[in-house]
Amino acid sequence: MICNSNGDKMGATGKEKPKLYESGRRVDGRGLADLRGIKIESRVLNDADGSAYIEWGKNKILAGVYGPSECIPRHDQSLYRSVIKCRYNMAPFSGMEEHGRSGPSRRSKELSKVIKEAFESVIISENFPKTQIEIFVEVLQSDGGTRCAAVTAAAVALADAGIPMKDLISAVAVCKIDGHMAVDPGKEEDNFGESDMPIAFSPRTGEILLFQMDGLLSREELSEGISLARQASEKIRKIQVEAIAKVYQEPKEERFLVIK
Amino acid sequence: MESINEIKRDVLSAVLAAGKRIDSRGMYDYRKIVVQPGILQNAEGSAMASIGKSQVMVGVKFDIAKPFLDRPKEGVLSTSADLLPLASHLFETGPPSEDAIELARVVDRGIRSSNTIDLESFYLEEEKVLALYVDIYVLDHDGNLIDCSSLAAMSALLSSRMPKIENGSIVRGEYSGKLPLKEHVVTCTFGKIGERMFLDPSLDEEKGMDCRLTLATTSTHLCAAQKGGWGTYSERDITELLDISTEKGKELRAML
Repeated sequence: MICNSNGDKMGATGKEKPKLYESGRRVDGRGLADLRGIKIESRVLNDADGSAYIEWGKNKILAGVYGPSECIPRHDQSLYRSVIKCRYNMAPFSGMEEHGRSGPSRRSKELSKVIKEAFESVIISENFPKTQIEIFVEVLQSDGGTRCAAVTAAAVALADAGIPMKDLISAVAVCKIDGHMAVDPGKEEDNFGESDMPIAFSPRTGEILLFQMDGLLSREELSEGISLARQASEKIRKIQVEAIAKVYQEPKEERFLVIK
Repeated sequence: MESINEIKRDVLSAVLAAGKRIDSRGMYDYRKIVVQPGILQNAEGSAMASIGKSQVMVGVKFDIAKPFLDRPKEGVLSTSADLLPLASHLFETGPPSEDAIELARVVDRGIRSSNTIDLESFYLEEEKVLALYVDIYVLDHDGNLIDCSSLAAMSALLSSRMPKIENGSIVRGEYSGKLPLKEHVVTCTFGKIGERMFLDPSLDEEKGMDCRLTLATTSTHLCAAQKGGWGTYSERDITELLDISTEKGKELRAML
């Protein structure tokens, strides 16, 4: 495996950087403000209290939520609020490259932490003292931008579980490719772009709940990036709301995951 | 929890003694089975299978590896199972539980001892062979994970493409035909409570039953078996269940 200095996976053979933006088109033909295709299906699991499956580009991600339930171990519990727990995990067969190792990596531990923290300010956790709410995210197929897709799917799963939230949040990344700010980088843009900045918004208040960035950006590029991400997250919110509504408009006789 | 299981066992015994099941199935009926092959693009092979409310995904990946010392001319087959915490309130995060390891090993034995995969054809050069990873990902648990996993695993293997090899390494995203398979292996798992035996135990039945027997079969032979639980089987039970497995195996193979 070939890694960059951050320890992130690079293209299969560390191949040369392709032209990422040429005559108004990105490598996959999108414009700078275009998202990849996003489909969300809620209520796909039987035992979990809430669940959602998202296909975002070639990403295929499953989120399941349990709780509020008794907080175990008890020394984790809070007298004032429900403890939010999150596990982001990649399936060993999710990548194009070699078979993954089992068990959490340093990367997946960090992502679990930032995803959990994004939800801590929107879940009305003070309603459920001494309990826990668990968010489990499984990346079944990865194609760049898994953490943003994970946040987006987890928000729908939490809503499906009936957990009270101040807002339905979503996340999207922006990147800098050949000097241009663009929304929702795919795998190649992620690997070869000059900068990557995943952001989660609370659409109702406009506040930023998850914010990470690497690469080099000017002050102007930062503002342009945030505004691109904000516009995109409004489109994502519509897809989330449709997925939640669909469960009630067309109730399912049985729940199971159908993968196209 | 133990007292609930005791109550479940009493209810199950009473219902089974009357020749019925709690979900009104026949003794040797499966719940609804759905198989979806080839659902992922990055993995060399993949499938989902569901039996009732149990759902399992299997991904197949190829890598280059060193052969085992005692089998220098053979490729490596490795099967593992993850009981994902999102699949059931009974599953926890952490290292694989004994149930996960048993599940992976029973599915592995069926595939391995049927010789459906020709591991000798995975030999590349001295100290270099292909390794095939079968990863069982349990997404929803409502009992009989063994049959559900082996169905998903067989379907994933049937959908698998051989990787393209160039200069001793795998060219990702390019393939050199399908993975050749000689047999279609399926498993049938039977629960037993008192003297009553039944196919495809649901989670409620699993909690109350005394023991279970899994028989993996090809179209002609028994190729792996596993007994679980504290109860016992007579020799006659086993031969009788093998006859039923052979019949039911035809139905399962028709779904692949």
